[in-house]
Amino acid sequence: MLAQIIFILALMVAIAAFTISIKKIIRNINLGKPIDRTDHQPERWKNMFKVALGQSKMTARPVAGIMHILVYVGFIIINIEVLEIVIDGIFGTHRVFSFLGSFYNFLIASFEILALLVLLGVFVFLARRLVLQLKRFSGVEMTAWPKSDAIYILVIEVLLMSAFLTMNAADYKLQQAGAGHYALAGSFPVSQFISPLLPTEVNTLILIERFCWWFHILGILAFLNYLPFSKHFHIILAFPNTWYAKLTPKGEFNNMETVSHEVKAMLNPSYTPPALDANNKFGAKDVQDLNWVQLMNAYTCTECGRCTSSCPANITGKLLSPRKIMMDTRDRMEEIGRNIDKHGKDYNDGKSLLDDYISREEIWACTTCNACVEACPVNIDPLSIILDLRRYAVMEESNVTGSLNAMFSNIENNGAPWKYSPADRFNWANKED
Amino acid sequence: MTQVPTMAEMMAAGEEPEILFWVGCAGSYDERAQRVTQAFAKILTHCHIKFAVLGTEENCTGDPAKRAGNEFLFQMQAMMNIEVLNGYHIKKIVTACPHCFNTIKNEYPNLGGHYEVIHHTQLIQELIDAGKLKAENGEPFKGKKITYHDPCYLGRANGVYEAPRKVLEVLDADLVEMKRCKQNGLCCGAGGAQMFKEPEKGKKDVNIERMNDVLESKASVVAVGCPFCMTMMKDGVKHFEKEQDIEVLDIAEITARNNNLV
Repeated sequence: MLAQIIFILALMVAIAAFTISIKKIIRNINLGKPIDRTDHQPERWKNMFKVALGQSKMTARPVAGIMHILVYVGFIIINIEVLEIVIDGIFGTHRVFSFLGSFYNFLIASFEILALLVLLGVFVFLARRLVLQLKRFSGVEMTAWPKSDAIYILVIEVLLMSAFLTMNAADYKLQQAGAGHYALAGSFPVSQFISPLLPTEVNTLILIERFCWWFHILGILAFLNYLPFSKHFHIILAFPNTWYAKLTPKGEFNNMETVSHEVKAMLNPSYTPPALDANNKFGAKDVQDLNWVQLMNAYTCTECGRCTSSCPANITGKLLSPRKIMMDTRDRMEEIGRNIDKHGKDYNDGKSLLDDYISREEIWACTTCNACVEACPVNIDPLSIILDLRRYAVMEESNVTGSLNAMFSNIENNGAPWKYSPADRFNWANKED
Repeated sequence: MTQVPTMAEMMAAGEEPEILFWVGCAGSYDERAQRVTQAFAKILTHCHIKFAVLGTEENCTGDPAKRAGNEFLFQMQAMMNIEVLNGYHIKKIVTACPHCFNTIKNEYPNLGGHYEVIHHTQLIQELIDAGKLKAENGEPFKGKKITYHDPCYLGRANGVYEAPRKVLEVLDADLVEMKRCKQNGLCCGAGGAQMFKEPEKGKKDVNIERMNDVLESKASVVAVGCPFCMTMMKDGVKHFEKEQDIEVLDIAEITARNNNLV
């Protein structure tokens, strides 16, 4: 009975704490400007099923892709086991689903095999980070925290899976010994090989079984509360992120509506543009000037670095790293969030995403080639943020290198980005080749 | 060069073209790109396509301004161009520039410009499929090692990967892919208005990195479909002093040569 009360309390505390964290993240994402991305719903569902659930973009890099799918499938399916653990914990039952008989055996057997595959995947991931030290996992933005975050996640997964298998091994041995309420239930293709390593004394076995049970479930609850602070949050946000992702061709950059009104008024003096919002900025200086989907992108990023490793600017040694763009956006959002918590919502710390986090040199290195957008397994769009920062630099500050200014004035005056006379535009037709 | 009709002339004669050839700024002014424009115009003439150009009425689409963050200038250009295009009741546009292609196709509709827009490699592929380009007595490319460099604004930006490759397939040449191609193709370094500025500090220029892929492929012809890629790849070839071994040609030039149109 006491165990049940402790369990229910732990569950409630974990869920409450998680809810508080989620609310903060939602508040931070809502710092962004509104954007309507609810059109073409069938296509959005399809994208979510294909890209998030189906992991369709992960296999572009086969080794990491296949290992990731193992860990992911294991994670999803082993959650059925967690459901049983939660019910057992609340009602004080033991293996409540065992009435399913041979289907239960099948379930437990598949959880065990999946747990083993998850361990395999996680060890490969650890080796890639710690032994092989793949270039993709380093870079200026991969400071101490992002690096240890990745390792913590993998270590937690090893601990959880080991506890799960050890628990089963002890249970199996107790079943064999016919101890107490440990009725024959389940099939243990993996843990039966662990059980010979365990002591034979029944009380010790019960202790091990209980310890692993508690360790496993409390570990999961703690991990749940680690998610909102970690890059691992992608396991949740990948779904809305792919649903709300841009559907139009990658080359299509949005036409700013506020600008359309101004331009129409310039071309046609009788056109009266709607009054601009007092806070209107052309482009983005800080995260509040981005839209909420761009901000959700930042919380979805799992810092895998596929974007950066395919970025032509980064490959050739420029400062730009699309992953850093996303991490900076998240860090700045979190900073503003902490400021709101401490000083209220109108507090201005005098900092901004542009300059305090992302430098001019970074945004001007982009070739807008969309390699980062293509590479992202969860459809994050770093390019749209880079473009909005450029828009601010150009339209609000006129802070742009001389050669780009020359290009602008050539277009304005000659209708071409180079200084040629418009009268010569058709000369090619009379040239001998 | 045979006579290229302008829209103004067509309209005066009470005629309408099947398709408008949007030449683009590079195709109009850049000496190397002018040869591509001429090659493509010859293909159109040879196939008896009733086409016209805007001539001096054409204006920058605004693409480089938009990618550089100058949305005002982009929309000014776009709205002025749309007025001209709509004035001529244009329905279908072909262009040899993926940047013009992307901008007119994707960014003009919501400003009032609705046209069917195709890239010249797509039109050439249609002409080949229709049997209008037969490659008689032209320069043979048979057995030559050719690699195709995907322009970002045609490939990733708009998902056109097959048409240019199909055009090259009819050459019976030895087509090789670079290690980074199609969705994973590496940019030439000119997009996003980089063409009009010095690159930011780095270890090397993007086109040099891309040239390594070309050299690795051992191709003697780099086929391109974009005037900016043309400039960047040409400069890359020069950087490695490979002018004698590697030729950079637009798909339209290859087709024109193969069909004895030059």
